[in-house]
Amino acid sequence: MKKNRMSQKIGFFVISLCLIATLFFMGTILYFITVRGIRAISWEFLTKPPSGGMTEGGVAPAIVGTIYLTIGAILFALPLGLACAIYLTEYTPKNIIVKILRVSINNLAGVPSVVFGLFGMAVFVKFFNFGVSILSGCLTLGILILPGIISTSQEALTAIPQSLREASLALGASKWQTIKKIVLPSSLPGILTGVILSIGRAAGETAPIMFTAAVFYMRGYPNSIFSEVMALPYHIYGLMTEGTSPEKQTQIAYGCALILMFFVLLISAIAIYFRHKQRRIQHG
Amino acid sequence: MDNVVHIKVSKINFFYGKTHVLKNISMDIYKNKVTAIIGPSGCGKSTFIRLFNRMNDLISNTRVEGHIYLDGEDILLPKTDVVNLRRKVGMVFQKPNPFPKSIFRNISYGLEVNNIKDRKFIEERIIESLKKAALWEEVKDRLNDNALMLSGGQQQRLCIARCLTVEPEVILFDEPCASLDPISTKKIEELITELKKNYTIVIVTHNMQQAARVSDYTAFLYLGELIEYGTTEKLFTVPENPKTEEYLSGKFG
Repeated sequence: MKKNRMSQKIGFFVISLCLIATLFFMGTILYFITVRGIRAISWEFLTKPPSGGMTEGGVAPAIVGTIYLTIGAILFALPLGLACAIYLTEYTPKNIIVKILRVSINNLAGVPSVVFGLFGMAVFVKFFNFGVSILSGCLTLGILILPGIISTSQEALTAIPQSLREASLALGASKWQTIKKIVLPSSLPGILTGVILSIGRAAGETAPIMFTAAVFYMRGYPNSIFSEVMALPYHIYGLMTEGTSPEKQTQIAYGCALILMFFVLLISAIAIYFRHKQRRIQHG
Repeated sequence: MDNVVHIKVSKINFFYGKTHVLKNISMDIYKNKVTAIIGPSGCGKSTFIRLFNRMNDLISNTRVEGHIYLDGEDILLPKTDVVNLRRKVGMVFQKPNPFPKSIFRNISYGLEVNNIKDRKFIEERIIESLKKAALWEEVKDRLNDNALMLSGGQQQRLCIARCLTVEPEVILFDEPCASLDPISTKKIEELITELKKNYTIVIVTHNMQQAARVSDYTAFLYLGELIEYGTTEKLFTVPENPKTEEYLSGKFG
């Protein structure tokens, strides 16, 4: 008895230590970036383009670019991924081929992002001749986040009880009506979770846009989807590896990191709000 | 006797993979009567009534042989319009399964999927269905509340009301009281007796007292075979088959 209680105490201690360690790392990242980044943030920083050889001015084009790329990637990947997930869960029999497909999709999520970058360059930039552009970048990022969107959507769809589908079909609804009116609305919170994770990933990735969309510096703002674009993660990379004034540039890089973090948190918060609202509607 | 055959079941065999679940079942189901299907768990009762609205189509790896005629038309043919069939043959399930929507939207759903948009008509039909399902008094002030807030018994009556909006001819009840308390069960039973004036009702139950209380005809299924079928009165008082008698007296089940 005494031995049991002892080992339980040790167990709890180890688990809480792990939690504290994790919180410590997360806290330090937030603290570090905020403290170092906040000095760079000003109205000018958010609204002006860079000047003075990347050592002065703001990063507005990079902010705008990241927003374009992220939204474009979601616009491309969400309908496509959702359609795949619906097809795989609702329209295919549960057999070995579907299982293999599912595993392959999950594995695709583990492919290094630089590989997607190379793929995007070969296919979108060169083969389709979209050039280094917002379009190529959005498509490459979209493909990168596609596996995640498919698998979270699939999970969300399979979590809907069969009894709800049966109730709808028994009332004379067609399969499509059942999916559109019952299955999809009920699985929306789960699908949104996938979207939240994907937004974070799309906004923060550097390698996939390096060869397909991003430039370190451009004059003005992109004026079409075929324009090159500046982006926050690539801007950070550029500031830290090139240029002549490392101290000033590091300061700006931290500012960019803070904005990027804030951007992801903001979008996540919006998505979480909608998810919460949706859950409340469903569960009363 | 003014008994009109509404559903004619002819030599039904049903296979789940290689398992022979229903064996050569033939029987007539009469209009505006309550027909109970009884038998021990796993004897194929649910599988049997799920043939009447082709719900087994959703399960892969199944095969059915034989015919089921509804108003003289074979509903098991591949060309049968199942959407249309399910509007004629409604179903209430074992576990209440309201949609995670408001009470109003739950009941209007059946009309919505039939492309009925006339607001006034929908409202009238909803009130009518809720009244028929003996739920109107309890929910009339909170039609916009989420249906999941209702009690289990209320949810089941909501499912009955939902089924009534599409004006079916036949209503299938698949152990509708299995998850309900005795008071809710009594309400549903009263409701079934009331509903048979306008609908043909088939109810699956493993509760023999329930079958005796609500049904006019009873069929006893055992291991996929129809052992005995007749008026409830006769089956419960003077069963012909010794197996039926053994089951009714609780020797197995």
